[in-house]
Amino acid sequence: MTITLLGLSSADIAAIGLTLRLAAATTVVLLLLSLPLAWWLASSRSPLRAPVSALVTLPLVLPPTVLGFYLLVLMGPDGPLGGFTQAMGWGLLSFTFTGLLIGSVVYSLPFAVQPLRDAFEATGRRPLEVAQTLGATPWQAFRSVALPLARPGLVTAGVLTFAHTIGEFGVVLMIGGNIPGRTQVVSTQIYGHVEGMDYASAHTLALVLLAFSFAILLALALLGRRRMRVLP
Amino acid sequence: MLYRLPTTLLTLALLLVVQGAAAADVQVAVAANFTAPMQKLAPLFEQQTGHKVVASYGSTGKFFGQINNGAPFEVLLAADDETPARLEQNGGAVTGTRFTYAIGRLVLWSRQAGVVDKNGEVLRGDSFERIAIADPKLAPYGAAAVQTLRALGVLERQQPRFVTGENITQAHQFVATGNAQLGFVALSQVQVDGRITEGSAWVVPAHLHEPIVQQAVLLTAGRDNPAARALLDFLRSEPARAMIRRSGYAAE
Repeated sequence: MTITLLGLSSADIAAIGLTLRLAAATTVVLLLLSLPLAWWLASSRSPLRAPVSALVTLPLVLPPTVLGFYLLVLMGPDGPLGGFTQAMGWGLLSFTFTGLLIGSVVYSLPFAVQPLRDAFEATGRRPLEVAQTLGATPWQAFRSVALPLARPGLVTAGVLTFAHTIGEFGVVLMIGGNIPGRTQVVSTQIYGHVEGMDYASAHTLALVLLAFSFAILLALALLGRRRMRVLP
Repeated sequence: MLYRLPTTLLTLALLLVVQGAAAADVQVAVAANFTAPMQKLAPLFEQQTGHKVVASYGSTGKFFGQINNGAPFEVLLAADDETPARLEQNGGAVTGTRFTYAIGRLVLWSRQAGVVDKNGEVLRGDSFERIAIADPKLAPYGAAAVQTLRALGVLERQQPRFVTGENITQAHQFVATGNAQLGFVALSQVQVDGRITEGSAWVVPAHLHEPIVQQAVLLTAGRDNPAARALLDFLRSEPARAMIRRSGYAAE
């Protein structure tokens, strides 16, 4: 009731729900993916380290719409990914939630990996070596020493990924197809209102997006600070 | 050496001003669907008049917002007739300068041969997964596509298969990359010198949708620029209209 009073249409509300689901899913997938990758980047002495590190940062270079265009080509029937998904009988990933999720993961990859790698590097090898001399296996040392020490980096990575996905626009615009309830997110919906010269709806939705995002980021920042204080 | 710098700069500035008076620039905002024809028309115009065209391509809705907020465009070639009319009303454009420079033609297109038949019968079946259209709320070509489907009585059947591009360029991109098997695009996007060069297509009969009237208008910023008025005159000339027709539009 209060939401309809704000002047949001049902498509706007569906877009808000989808955006939150996409941001949450992206954050979970990306943290799971980034943890081992960041750990490897921080601790490996492999000659592949520098090239992989550069590769992870690349999504920052391409403008999002350009990145989105190449994802569209990659997911299309001529692209390697599209060829694979078609051969598996899954159809094409473009214009689906899974497609958006893949796009968001690529797009936000540097925002998750960098803080985690920095956190692991700041810890250094010493605490882990000490843990191992005390009889911990490498996995135990990682679980009970490296990971807790890297918690601020983990929080930062999560917050940045979540916020970055909420504000994601170019990639979704290119691979989404603007299907209400399935690929129409808040940013593309606001853009649609602006393009359609419906400025009142655009203002309302943008305001809701900003207020909501501020609240979440504030909560996470407070949470992060409290946790850090608890740590010795 | 140093004391000469201001003189040199002054001379340079004077030269630029003098050149500007002889052959002026005209800043044009051009609807995205008219990109290809404009790129052919501009050199022709520059040859004839000595003026220079500085063109920006984009969506009409975006240009409307920019013009209302002080963008330096002097001429607008819109994708519709509504936006130029609104600009005339709110003072963004010079009243009485509005005219139709092109009428868009809609085409159902697939990049594969044999997908789209000559009568659009494919729309009555379920042989494809996705059909690309431009956003009917934003793009006249998208609205025309929906009107066509409704006229054929298949709108409800095909609506679940819609993937929507924010403009006709993106709808074309979805089909051109094969992510959508077919889609409604502008004839001007798939026609080169009067022929559709690739895939299969059905040129939608004009009576199935309201005409896609594209109007040009002189914007307030270009009121005193002779190059802006010259460009509008040029678009009305027979050589320009012939070029527009060859690009896949109707031109009166």
